[in-house]
Amino acid sequence: MADKPRSFQEIILRLQNYWAGKGCAVLQPYDMEVGAGTFHPATTLRSLGSKSWAAAYVQPSRRPTDGRYGENPNRLQHYYQYQVIIKPSPPDLQDLYLGSLQAIGIDVHLHDIRFVEDDWESPTLGAWGLGWEVWCDGMEVSQFTYFQQVGGHDCKPVSGELTYGLERLAMYVLGVDHVMDMPFNDPDAPIALKYGDIFRQTEEEYSRHNFDLADTDKLFRNFEEAEKECQRLLDFDHDDEKTGKRILMAHPAYDQCIKASHVFNLLDARGVISVTERQAYIGRVRALAKLCADAFVQTEAGGHVV
Amino acid sequence: MPNLLIELFSEEIPARMQAKAADDLKKLITDGLVDAGLTYAHAAAFWTPRRLTLSIEDLTGESKAVKEERKGPSTSAPEKAIEGFLRSTGLTMDQLEVRDDKKGQVYFAVFEKPGRLAGEIIAEVLDKTIRNFPWPKSMRWGAGPMRWVRPLHSIICLLSDADGNEVVPFEIEGIKSGNTTKGHRFMAPDVITVSDFEDYEAKLKRAKVVLRADERAETIEHEASNMAFAAGMEIVEDKGLLAEVGNLVEFPVPLMGPIADEFLGLPPEVLQTSMKEHQKFFSVRNPKTGRIEKFVTVANIETADHGATILAGNLKVLSARLSDAKFFYENDLRVAKAGMGDWLDGLANVTFHNKLGSQKDRIERIAALARTLAPSVDADAEKAGEAALIAKADLRSDMVGEFPELQGLMGRYYALAAGRTDDVADACRDHYSPLGPSDVVPTAPVSVAVALADKIDTLTGFWAIDEKPTGSKDPFALRRAALGVIRLVLENNLTLKLKDVFASANEGADADELLSFFHDRLKVFLRDQGIRHDVIDAVLAMPGNDDLTLLVKRARALQDFLSTDDGGNLIQGYKRASNILAQAEEKDGVEYSFGADPKFAEADAERDLFTALDKADAEIKPAMENEDFAAAMSAMAGLRAPIDAFFEAVQINSDNQIVRRNRLNLLSRIRTSCLSVADLSRIEG
Repeated sequence: MADKPRSFQEIILRLQNYWAGKGCAVLQPYDMEVGAGTFHPATTLRSLGSKSWAAAYVQPSRRPTDGRYGENPNRLQHYYQYQVIIKPSPPDLQDLYLGSLQAIGIDVHLHDIRFVEDDWESPTLGAWGLGWEVWCDGMEVSQFTYFQQVGGHDCKPVSGELTYGLERLAMYVLGVDHVMDMPFNDPDAPIALKYGDIFRQTEEEYSRHNFDLADTDKLFRNFEEAEKECQRLLDFDHDDEKTGKRILMAHPAYDQCIKASHVFNLLDARGVISVTERQAYIGRVRALAKLCADAFVQTEAGGHVV
Repeated sequence: MPNLLIELFSEEIPARMQAKAADDLKKLITDGLVDAGLTYAHAAAFWTPRRLTLSIEDLTGESKAVKEERKGPSTSAPEKAIEGFLRSTGLTMDQLEVRDDKKGQVYFAVFEKPGRLAGEIIAEVLDKTIRNFPWPKSMRWGAGPMRWVRPLHSIICLLSDADGNEVVPFEIEGIKSGNTTKGHRFMAPDVITVSDFEDYEAKLKRAKVVLRADERAETIEHEASNMAFAAGMEIVEDKGLLAEVGNLVEFPVPLMGPIADEFLGLPPEVLQTSMKEHQKFFSVRNPKTGRIEKFVTVANIETADHGATILAGNLKVLSARLSDAKFFYENDLRVAKAGMGDWLDGLANVTFHNKLGSQKDRIERIAALARTLAPSVDADAEKAGEAALIAKADLRSDMVGEFPELQGLMGRYYALAAGRTDDVADACRDHYSPLGPSDVVPTAPVSVAVALADKIDTLTGFWAIDEKPTGSKDPFALRRAALGVIRLVLENNLTLKLKDVFASANEGADADELLSFFHDRLKVFLRDQGIRHDVIDAVLAMPGNDDLTLLVKRARALQDFLSTDDGGNLIQGYKRASNILAQAEEKDGVEYSFGADPKFAEADAERDLFTALDKADAEIKPAMENEDFAAAMSAMAGLRAPIDAFFEAVQINSDNQIVRRNRLNLLSRIRTSCLSVADLSRIEG
């Protein structure tokens, strides 16, 4: 069971198989720039309302301020998160989670696995939950959260969310010290690729872009535009004239919220947002997230019964 | 009588909440049981990361029957009212008692409330306790409405006695009470069935769960010390960390590992802080070198490889963390050696408070004040100013950015790296002190000057912009700052006229108001030191009350005096004089304050009092001028016998108005003499 995987992708594949085997819908990454797997509508929106839900997916995540030109062994501006979201949270979620560690080669009888208090909060999503960071031999390998509120709405039922920082976890499992040295595919493959073969150059380019070149005037404009568009979409009459159906713009509007959030992160990396302004921007994104959540709970997937 | 065992088994409870939760469980359950009429001999609560446990010994098996009465309507009340009373009590007319009342005869319903079985009461109290548990933060999970700190999985609720045991039937939101729990999450995850507390604790131990927190802490302390000792080293004591780590494990397994050579050059405080904050490691010191050379981590599991994998993993994380720390330190040293210019410039861009300017503005104010204060604390003014200017430079350093708790401490290292002298560097480290009532107070003159200037600038600054503490709100920790000043002044025996100091620090601050804030803090501080509040009030009412050292000297002398026989009696004499005088002044509408003349004295005791007052006044005045309060008090003590004798022998009210006035004026002399030492009217009793 606990045989060692040999590459980054094998760890991802094992997680996919494991959670598929536990009944999760294995989704694909959301096709927008996000800061974390939580932003995927499969988590943010689907954790709202009464409908049951179980999904697992990889989400490429961008944190512009974490760029280190590919030189830091552990920090990247683009990295992968593995996200599991199950609603209602099953009573054996901790055991399911520990099973996933076994699946990727962490023998829980040989390692020291701990659930250390960590309350999760996302000021931009108006969301919070209680749970732990999970430690393996003193290293944080996952975030484990029971969502209590998202977009200002109480989560009923409560979703259980697991987030694995894939690079860090994989480096530990594979015994690699620098992320760029990590085998991405099988090291014995005819064309063996390391993480650095795929991402070193992009880390350099995006680090420079995020810190120095991104056009801040354009970004400020983009932020305003996304904010306006989000509100505009939600203001439309719920009844569609063409089809005669009730069609809310929860998802298209939420895309604009995601966009505003990422643009804000870029502006932050460019260092053009002061400490006091920062809070105001976060508040504006949160206001959008709340509007989207308000809209989603009025839709069918949000549990609304017409 | 039966014993009761309760266990609430859940997912991992935050370490910091466990002890209080166990205590709350004990209180809520035992209070509930007692309120319902049960008694018990002994109760004890226990906790681990996954369980709260309560053991109650010798609980009564049932509550006693109690008689309850309810007063009903008057016998002459309308029939409807009486019918209503019968309905609400469930009794019939012939079961009611008729009793006499103030307004006539009334009906009384007398019930016999039968005793209840303990089990029934326990189930009720447990339900209420779980639903209303005072967690600092609680959550819901799954689809249920229940709240607990983390998902609750099972409940033991078991009554046992010599004949056996019995589960108290109870169910809350789908969780049924039982007699089973689970052992260690990894080492013994199977279900355990228990019969009573003793059996429970023993079986848990076999299942690799140490129930008692003090036993876990003891194991950690003992084994860690042994490992360190075997390597010729010692554990750096940290009680807070010990308690925390003990509540992160059900089965503690300390493991010791080395710190790589490349990190041994880091300041010990940096190693210690980084290891503690990030990884909850204990530091292990080599007594020969004084350096921290190893660490102890506490695992929650025994493994086939005796912890080798766990230690290797921890070492890897440690190495990454310390590489960061080393990178910060080396970067910081570069800036420090270049004179800290980058940091000092940077502080101009950091707002301290929007009405009080930047950190740089603040630092310049502190430096000016430190120079002003220097002569009063025997410090070199130039050194004090120099230290103040760089004391906060480390706030811009990478290391303090990462570990804010190292502020000041790093400042000392960086000041030395910048070539500053020891006294200046020490002031960088110590100028925040004292931070709390038990923190050490700096005594080195330069440190004292900067520490005082720092706090007084903060206090006068926030006073000037009207940001004062109100009620429980004190966002800028001004009470702590004032207490810091008080302790600096008193423990260094400084003579400082605070009002002058406030004025030179910030003219915008209302010095009288700020001084009275200091007096309030001083009262709290002195009360903790056993000085009576009325004694403090008595000396606060005297002039020169902005010199805290003087104030406290007076207060101590007065308290000592009051505890003597003379002191106690003198107060009575003073009060008597003062009361008679007040009544007479009120009645006559004049103030008797002048002109007592011995020539109108009739009795010997009266003449003796004149002599005694002359003598006392002659002694008190110079004693007060020389701040020799003991001498002043002793001069006052000399008045006790003559005053007593006077009241014994002399009647104040005389038919001779001249004699009466003279005696009242004599009483006024007693008042004046006594008040020249302290405001004795404030003394209680």
